[in-house]
Amino acid sequence: MFGDYSIGDLGSIFVMQGFAGLILFSVYVLMALGLAIIFGQMGVINMAHGEFMILGAYVTWMTSSLFQSYLPSLFSGYFFLAMILAFIASGALGMLVEWGLIRHLYKRPLDTLLATWGLSLILQQTYRSVFGAREVGVELPQWMLGSLKVTDSIEVPINGVFVMGLTVLITIVVSYVLYKSRWGRQVRAVVQNRIMAGAVGINTEKVDRYTFGLGCGIAGVAGSAFTMIGSTGPTSGQLYIVDTFLVVVFGGAASLLGTIASAFSISQTQSTLEFFTSGSMAKVLTLLAVVGILMLRPQGLFALKVRK
Amino acid sequence: MSDEPNRGLQSPLRRKLLMGAAALPLVSILPRPSFGAGPATATVNTTGLAVTDTEVTVGILHSATGTMAISETGSIQAEKLAIEQINAAGGVLGRKIKFIQEDGASDWPTFAEKAKKLLVNDKVAAIMGCWTSASRKAVLPVMEQYNGMLYYPTFYEGLEQSKNVIYTGQEATQQILAGLNWIAKEKGAKSFFFIGSDYIWPRTSNKIARKHVENVLKGKVVGEEYYALGSTQFNSVINKIKLTKPDVIFTDVVGGSNVAFYKQLKAAGVDLSKQALLTISVTEDEIDGIGGENIAGAYACMKYFQSLDNANNKTFVPAFKKLWGEKTVIGDVTQAAYLGPWLWKLTVEKAGSFDIDKIAAASAGVEFKDAPEGYVRIHENHHLWSKTRVGRAKLDGQFELIFETADLIEPDPFPKGYQ
Repeated sequence: MFGDYSIGDLGSIFVMQGFAGLILFSVYVLMALGLAIIFGQMGVINMAHGEFMILGAYVTWMTSSLFQSYLPSLFSGYFFLAMILAFIASGALGMLVEWGLIRHLYKRPLDTLLATWGLSLILQQTYRSVFGAREVGVELPQWMLGSLKVTDSIEVPINGVFVMGLTVLITIVVSYVLYKSRWGRQVRAVVQNRIMAGAVGINTEKVDRYTFGLGCGIAGVAGSAFTMIGSTGPTSGQLYIVDTFLVVVFGGAASLLGTIASAFSISQTQSTLEFFTSGSMAKVLTLLAVVGILMLRPQGLFALKVRK
Repeated sequence: MSDEPNRGLQSPLRRKLLMGAAALPLVSILPRPSFGAGPATATVNTTGLAVTDTEVTVGILHSATGTMAISETGSIQAEKLAIEQINAAGGVLGRKIKFIQEDGASDWPTFAEKAKKLLVNDKVAAIMGCWTSASRKAVLPVMEQYNGMLYYPTFYEGLEQSKNVIYTGQEATQQILAGLNWIAKEKGAKSFFFIGSDYIWPRTSNKIARKHVENVLKGKVVGEEYYALGSTQFNSVINKIKLTKPDVIFTDVVGGSNVAFYKQLKAAGVDLSKQALLTISVTEDEIDGIGGENIAGAYACMKYFQSLDNANNKTFVPAFKKLWGEKTVIGDVTQAAYLGPWLWKLTVEKAGSFDIDKIAAASAGVEFKDAPEGYVRIHENHHLWSKTRVGRAKLDGQFELIFETADLIEPDPFPKGYQ
């Protein structure tokens, strides 16, 4: 395969391929973080995760259209505002859903699967009725397009670097919130023992609502960021849901570190295999590896040690 | 359709209905074509189809919900426009076309079920419908068993021919070969990189393209890659493209993947004004989602572009926009869907009958001179003779016509030497 190419060519391709793997890693982490909180911390199987992401994408699209019409001079910076709005919109919808639907189902985790799946269908059809069945094109500011030329033959996509930066930032914020802040301690307390947490004066209902909202809000930010690399349509959320669950389950449901480790191993395996075999074969081999490992380690890569 | 006799309208609804009825005489003053002047129903409908002296019913069967709604919405719009125009022009054999719309919901068994419902319960005289090959394959046995007539709009992989289907889109050789010939001649292209979504249409199309590149153009295929439907990550394959430096990237990626592919190609610094890219799966509809700035410069090879400069198209595009909004765009399949009702009308009038067998027999040779793409004619194999065109994508999401074949290309669903 490599006989015909010079050493220099191969070197730069391997560097770019390394970046491709890292970008895939950031994309996986970003889409899985929200679910890791909701599924990992709360045990809610949220099948509508993709639709919360797409809400963020639609918010981004609306923001970009508004800026184009009313504030064209500030267009280059609209994306940051769009991400914040996406977080607020998805988070608010998440809290509403938690209040109206999820809180009645905490004792029946498997029913959340059906309920949120129904919710995802409802949301898809709502998007279709409101925004139309066709995909919308989100226009990006000029500086986000194109690539950085590192050397003559090595080019790194700017949007990839942006997603990487965003992922690092959000991961840091989330781990700080969950593991260092007072509120995070309350979340973990409720997860470990709801009754005791209530007994020591934690408002468990409120904690649940904000946790779910946070997870959905992060999904919204992810959706907003993915307008740079993917499509925005009523059913685009479905494109992400399988990979998202794969990453979270493989990592071990209750562990943030596990999610990151699993995103890293899956993305690196996949992008390496994609390069040496082909797209669909890489997917098959990756899934086979994940299934194999989960058979040996059903709890996932990292699992909290709990007393049974 | 209720079988119950009218019970005298004793509901509060009655007043509203009466008020509505008062407005009826006003409506009937408006000039409208009169229906019912055609030949007697008993002579034009011997098999019990839904044909009365004044009306004939057809079915529209597309996905209005689910993942394929993105693509099929345009087809539904085009078919409704065609039916409206035919009715305004006096209908078919003096009968007004009424349509029953069913939703295939992007689910292939649902398509088959709804097709059966349309044929068995509604007795429709024809069905305009299906989009993906999978939905057509699901519907085909139903059409053949209950002897219906399907007008299928999408460009597809070929290898099929049925008495009960008229294929108004192009089959693969019709669409691909002329485009490959053009790019080989124009750009001196020798090496090709194929990338497609992983299902029957891209795989069959690429098989045909590979044979043509290797045997006819004496070129080389330096890579052939498939990604699962819905994939959103293409950085690895883009690196492979950069490594192999093909003269032409030949793509048939579909759906949401399309958007991801072109955005990432642009982000990876592949400049489509320098790197030739020929796609057979991106129409104006898809560019709406991809964004003109991400695909400007790419070549697309199909039979229709919204920007075509001919008299038919100049009346078709404004009529479409008037009905469906200024912002709608019209892609290749939308235009092909528009042909369906018209070809059916012309065939019925040629046969002088709504009977399926007579329509199937009369189809070959039916010409439609007002087609937005220009002139089309139905071949004996129930596909259309049509021209193939190459367009270059512009920033505004439209295509600029670069090349069109001089003659109509013969449809060849079972191409020898390409299987």
